[in-house]
Amino acid sequence: MAIIRTENLTYIYGEGTPFRKVAVDDVNLQIDEGEMVGVIGHTGSGKSTLIQHFNGLLKATSGNVYIDGEKLWDDKAKLRPVRFKVGLVFQYPEYQLFEETCYKDIAFGPKNMGLDNAEIDRRIKETAKMVGITPDILDKSPFELSGGQKRRVAIAGVMAMEPKVLILDEPASGLDPKGREQILGLIKEYHQEKKNTVVLVSHSMEDIAKHTSKILVMNKAKLFCYDDTVKVFHRAAELEEMGLAVPQITRVFNRLKAMGCDINDDVYTTKYAKELLLKLLAR
Amino acid sequence: MLKDITIGQYFPGKSPVHRLDARLKILLTIAYIVMLFMADDIKGLGVCICFTFMIYIISRIPLKMMWKSVKPILVIIIITALLNLFFVHTGTPYFEWKFIKITDKGVQTAVFMVVRILCLITGTSLLTYTTSPIDLTDAIERLLSPLKKIKVPVHEFAMMMTIALRFIPTLIEETDKIMCAQKARGADMETGSIFKKAKALIPVLIPLFVSSFRHADELALAMECRCYHGGDGRTKMKQLKLKLLDLWGTLFLIVFFAGVIVINKLG
Repeated sequence: MAIIRTENLTYIYGEGTPFRKVAVDDVNLQIDEGEMVGVIGHTGSGKSTLIQHFNGLLKATSGNVYIDGEKLWDDKAKLRPVRFKVGLVFQYPEYQLFEETCYKDIAFGPKNMGLDNAEIDRRIKETAKMVGITPDILDKSPFELSGGQKRRVAIAGVMAMEPKVLILDEPASGLDPKGREQILGLIKEYHQEKKNTVVLVSHSMEDIAKHTSKILVMNKAKLFCYDDTVKVFHRAAELEEMGLAVPQITRVFNRLKAMGCDINDDVYTTKYAKELLLKLLAR
Repeated sequence: MLKDITIGQYFPGKSPVHRLDARLKILLTIAYIVMLFMADDIKGLGVCICFTFMIYIISRIPLKMMWKSVKPILVIIIITALLNLFFVHTGTPYFEWKFIKITDKGVQTAVFMVVRILCLITGTSLLTYTTSPIDLTDAIERLLSPLKKIKVPVHEFAMMMTIALRFIPTLIEETDKIMCAQKARGADMETGSIFKKAKALIPVLIPLFVSSFRHADELALAMECRCYHGGDGRTKMKQLKLKLLDLWGTLFLIVFFAGVIVINKLG
């Protein structure tokens, strides 16, 4: 069943002013439950605006959004429960930390849900473990931590609400390669363990290729396509035309094929590439 | 929601009023205020009203902006009018009941005061409508520079003002982001009592403070990297120079000023 569905979703900034800009243009899509979806698109293509519709932070200028079959914005009082169902982690989430201790900060979301203390405690311990925050860090002030640790605490703050859908906007941006790997790894682990829907916005094609099963491509406010990762990366020429790149390894293999090498062109992870090359060399 | 707030009230344009030297514009505004207070009867004030409308038309600022500048102090204007209406007891009474006494002089003073305040606000607003905040601080720095002789840190004050103005839009954008992030975690900022709403702001204000300090830190470092060391020997990219236009602007005001003085003498 579709957990997120949009119907002719359009969002216009500054309607009626000289700064009018269509940010999302007539988007129809359907994201199924349990999927791990990657969202790619050029800067200003409407990715961030689109995902802010999924938890009712933005109200569509026209069109509808359905979460779990329920139409958003019909009843304003029902918006808060939707935000617990669809957890949104913004870019640079560490800038939202505000409590005295990490423990209290992670508790902010669950507390807003009105859960009792025992349940809140259980969730904090569980998510802290999942994101790799040790108990001694939980008692520290979030402002004492390193950038990578802050980010984990902030992500845990959303995960602790146990949302059915977890949306992350560039969760790995501004981190070193090791930090990137760790953050994305823990998100993937979370997905596999909880079987929840995860939507991952990223600029890195390598990250998207490695971690997601489906890709949603936004181009100039319009939905370009929403399809399986393999199929999307097959359209390399079109992606490159809109200023997006396919993963480096895919480019190498596409080129090899163009040069007349008898090889698959659905290669988008180095792991798979290695297997293929070994097989080819063994022949 | 927060994006709708316009910072400063600058209306970009190319009219003669816009092109006047900012320093001169400040001085002329002061002269305009003096003129308003010199006009001591309704005829003199009429000249001022005329002047105000004319500069609005010359500057091509829409007249509805006059209303926008007056709106915030509407209450003060009404109170001033009422106070004058009820507490001026000289002249012939129109109406008397117990301790309330309204006289023709009272009505006159009330109207006079209201018109004067309206002129004051609309006229001085034009300064901020036609001068960009950066030009304005620059001009203030120049005008106050004689104070450097008595060790007033004029340049530092101007720099502080410029930085503050520069960061207002940045901070607004940041507030917007943080609010969204906390709302996504279920923060409720719209409902509840005032006390509850104030408490709901804590998750927004603390991150905002932290990021302000971060910005300050980064900016200080960036300025130091560019060898910033205060105002001594510093040159300006935009040199303020008086032009022919500025002479015309001054003459324009002088004509009206003279008009007010002449009317005062005659009346």
